[in-house]
Amino acid sequence: MLQKMYDWIDERLDITPIWRDIADHEVPEHVNPAHHFSAFVYCFGGLTFFVTVIQVLSGMFLTMYYVPDIVNAWESVKYLQTQVAHGQIVRGMHHWGASVVIVMIFLHTLRVFFQGAYKKPRELNWIVGVLLFFVMLGLGFTGYLLPWDNKAFFATQVGLEIAESVPFIGGDLKTLLAGDPEIVGAKTLARFFAIHVFFLPAALFALMGAHFIMIRRQGISGPL
Amino acid sequence: MKRGKGMKFVGDSRVPDKESRDKIPKDYSEYPGRTEAFWPNFLLKEWLVGAVFLIGFLCLVAGAPSPLEQKADPNNASYIPLPDWYFLFLYELLKYKFAASEYVVIGTVVIPGLAFGALFLAPFLDRGPERRPSRRPIATSLMLLGVASVIWLTYESVAGVDWEERAAYSVENVPDVEIDEEAPGYQVYSQNCLSCHGDSLQGNPGMAPGLVGIPYGADQIKDIAVNGIGQMPANQFQGTDEELNQLADFIVSINEQASGEGEGDGGSEEE
Repeated sequence: MLQKMYDWIDERLDITPIWRDIADHEVPEHVNPAHHFSAFVYCFGGLTFFVTVIQVLSGMFLTMYYVPDIVNAWESVKYLQTQVAHGQIVRGMHHWGASVVIVMIFLHTLRVFFQGAYKKPRELNWIVGVLLFFVMLGLGFTGYLLPWDNKAFFATQVGLEIAESVPFIGGDLKTLLAGDPEIVGAKTLARFFAIHVFFLPAALFALMGAHFIMIRRQGISGPL
Repeated sequence: MKRGKGMKFVGDSRVPDKESRDKIPKDYSEYPGRTEAFWPNFLLKEWLVGAVFLIGFLCLVAGAPSPLEQKADPNNASYIPLPDWYFLFLYELLKYKFAASEYVVIGTVVIPGLAFGALFLAPFLDRGPERRPSRRPIATSLMLLGVASVIWLTYESVAGVDWEERAAYSVENVPDVEIDEEAPGYQVYSQNCLSCHGDSLQGNPGMAPGLVGIPYGADQIKDIAVNGIGQMPANQFQGTDEELNQLADFIVSINEQASGEGEGDGGSEEE
């Protein structure tokens, strides 16, 4: 039955080559921890992706309860945390996943750096990877405000002061992020929500797509 | 169709060199050593590693509930901001004299800009063919220096935080009492005590303690309001004796309410 469905689609769309591009490739010995245990350093990139998937899924469920306005944001998080079945687990996954993903992306960056894996012909993939790192930090920064507790509010105020200190464009940058040159308030929360849930994930997906296509195209770097 | 031994690639990638570019991946037999098919052999092992990782992650989630502090209060002047841990190094950097006040641009733009700019452009700064860390000492030592400074700054920042005091900011430490803002005692409270002890007697970390769950009776509360205690100076209360009585009765009634409820919901460590 499944084979028939596959054949029906394949006859029309010729999906077998796509499938081959995604999954049908060899894993060289030097990256396989089954052969060399030290090759576990090659896991960090995959684990980063794994935690990113956790972040996306848990984040989607969080938006079912979260209300991005300053009157209800904190109340909705508290309600989710204390009243909703498994709400504490889902929020916990998103909260701790944010930290774990930073750890994993950091370790992955160090692995690639110290192995010199960014050298020709993989310069562009390194550039995309560093951009992914920045997007991840941006997601961390914007997500921190959303519970609208004291920690969130005051840390964001500090972050916006840092943005403001940038020469020439600082004031405009702060206004762009906060929605107002002075006030950190309702507009700020709405903007950070939009950035956290729409803008940065869009950038994240595009960059991740580029990252993976380049890996498949270039293969993993050879042994040292 | 060209495959296998005759092909030339860009570096050790699978992108064919211009002359032999025909988009066909390298033949399996061309890889050195014991290769393994990604699907399904290797993916099965990856799946197992992922499952173990997920279990560990869920243990973390179950063991450490994500924190939530008290609702944002922009008027809380005594709150000490603390960013998420992966921004602590930047936060700590801005405390150094050469990176603060009039030199803040150095701390916010110049140093992070140079560090992250160099990271971004690493492939174009470190262009040699060598890949081993020991064969490219400049790149390796700069990276080690960067990582060491980030770890050091983060450590310094964490060590400087009074975590016990911060625990008081948590939402769990807000006593669950209903405050009758129409009570005459609350009017007296709001004129004399609210600026330090907060609008719902929750206190102000580092400045004034919360007033729910205090071990004092009405007479002692009156005495403290007039004569002060500990860091609290005398004569904070300005009013008549009748108002002082109303104030003490109000605070006592809130405490009685809290201790009555506290036994029920199990959150009575404070008493």
